[in-house]
Amino acid sequence: MGKNPVRIVIYKKYLYRKEDKTMEEKSFIYLDHAATTAARPEVVEAMLPYFTENFGNPSSVYTFSQKNKAVVTECREKIADSLNAKSNEIYFTAGGTESDNWALKAAAEAYASKGNHIITTKIEHHAILHTAKYLESKGFEVTYLDVDENGVVKLDQLRQAIRPETILISVMFANNEIGTIQPIKEIGEIAKKHGILFHTDAVQAYGQIPIDVDECHIDMLSASGHKLNGPKGIGFLYIRTGLKLRNFVHGGAQERSRRAGTENVTGIVGFAKAVEIAFCTMEERSQKECMMRDYLIDRILAEIPYARLNGHRTKRLPNNVNISFQFIEGESLLIMLDMAGICASSGSACTSGSLDPSHVLLAIGLPHEIAHGSLRMTIGDENTMEEMDYVIEQIKEIVTKLRAMSPLYEDFMKHS
Amino acid sequence: MYSEKVMDHFTNPRNVGEIENASGVGTVGNAKCGDIMRIYFDIDENQVIKDVKFKTFGCGAAVATSSMATELVKGKTIYEALTVTNKAVMEALDGLPPVKVHCSLLAEEAIHAALWDYCEKNDIKIEGLEKPKNDISEDEEEEEY
Repeated sequence: MGKNPVRIVIYKKYLYRKEDKTMEEKSFIYLDHAATTAARPEVVEAMLPYFTENFGNPSSVYTFSQKNKAVVTECREKIADSLNAKSNEIYFTAGGTESDNWALKAAAEAYASKGNHIITTKIEHHAILHTAKYLESKGFEVTYLDVDENGVVKLDQLRQAIRPETILISVMFANNEIGTIQPIKEIGEIAKKHGILFHTDAVQAYGQIPIDVDECHIDMLSASGHKLNGPKGIGFLYIRTGLKLRNFVHGGAQERSRRAGTENVTGIVGFAKAVEIAFCTMEERSQKECMMRDYLIDRILAEIPYARLNGHRTKRLPNNVNISFQFIEGESLLIMLDMAGICASSGSACTSGSLDPSHVLLAIGLPHEIAHGSLRMTIGDENTMEEMDYVIEQIKEIVTKLRAMSPLYEDFMKHS
Repeated sequence: MYSEKVMDHFTNPRNVGEIENASGVGTVGNAKCGDIMRIYFDIDENQVIKDVKFKTFGCGAAVATSSMATELVKGKTIYEALTVTNKAVMEALDGLPPVKVHCSLLAEEAIHAALWDYCEKNDIKIEGLEKPKNDISEDEEEEEY
């Protein structure tokens, strides 16, 4: 047996079981990188020894385990550098959702004596929105800021929302559905000027665009490993030095006692490797992704009538395309794309399990029926221009087919 | 997520289209909830549904239930068609995920709405057949659930 017994599955190929129980290889076009990404082979390779030979608990005293302690420290430094933060400001968690929960709940609790008012936005991820709702049930007051038609937070409204009892502002760095990048630096300046804590959910932005916590006056920042070709189950919360947050998970002395529990060493190693690669390749990747993004957007809008781009045209993540097609419904579109070998997502109600379409699309002012017909495609650097051409052709065919059976389209054509 | 039958009726929907000068047309659902079904009937002098077409805006389940509903009522008398329930449509499709059951209700309502339209035009009264409440022309704001 070789040193590395686990075969790394080639990216973009997957195995699936058919009814006859045979395994078949099938390739597909993955355009859902905002949902999750595959760990890079280098990431998996870096992680492997920590499952087996380097299994030591970093808290143990003997040399064998102390090596892992050093490794975790090294990873923490690498990640801190990527944000212009200090390594003792990075606290590993199980992912973005945990980080968001921690930031909001701990800040609310720690500053409750100062005030009970929190400001966030209508387009946050549910990890923020549902935590905010929970805090409301505990007596906190929450203002949910509107966004403009491009999904950008209105700074005037933010300034007006601030009260003497405001203790926390939480605004996402970039939106997961429509890709709009927020004026984080301006928001950070406003927060700082008023002496209010500023948290940002950077799960989608981290590794995609440069982030400097000092320049943007960020006090807390959430990030996740699996959005940047790292492993799932690992994330971090950046907490600025001096913030008096209480411990989130009680137990041992890990993560400076703030988030106890034996470190996820394999996850941390994989995360740090993914971060290293993401930041080394950011410029090149971003250029490539922007080119594919703009090509998709331009061709779809030019070649398919009654389609609109959701989110800001330029202040947008390099990998995000979100388009609404009038008269059709998103889930139908996704199933047909799936049958054409294309993985994407939608903001339609049918994909969320409720009757309401995405809260983000409603917040930018889309009527329900147009929000139901949205398609999100999020690009990765392994995608190619040939794939974009194929995807565009498929979308054109599917949209035509679905419109042909849409009573809304029939009525529209009769009345126009 | 969906049964093979649902996928079959979604990818190859039967009876898609319109009927000009249809004997009865019914449109139910609303765009706000993301589901609209329209069913057209061509009914002969013996009150038999000779032809049926549909158009649907909605998810995979909505398209599949419309397709199956049209298959189930084709060739039936208007009285027989009235007995086609959402349960029958669901069973014929080998079931639906729980969150999609409302789609099958919509199919039943669409059949009833088209039958109502036919009965209105021909001055026929059928016991149990009520004016469709879910028609999109009625009240855009009405939530289905």
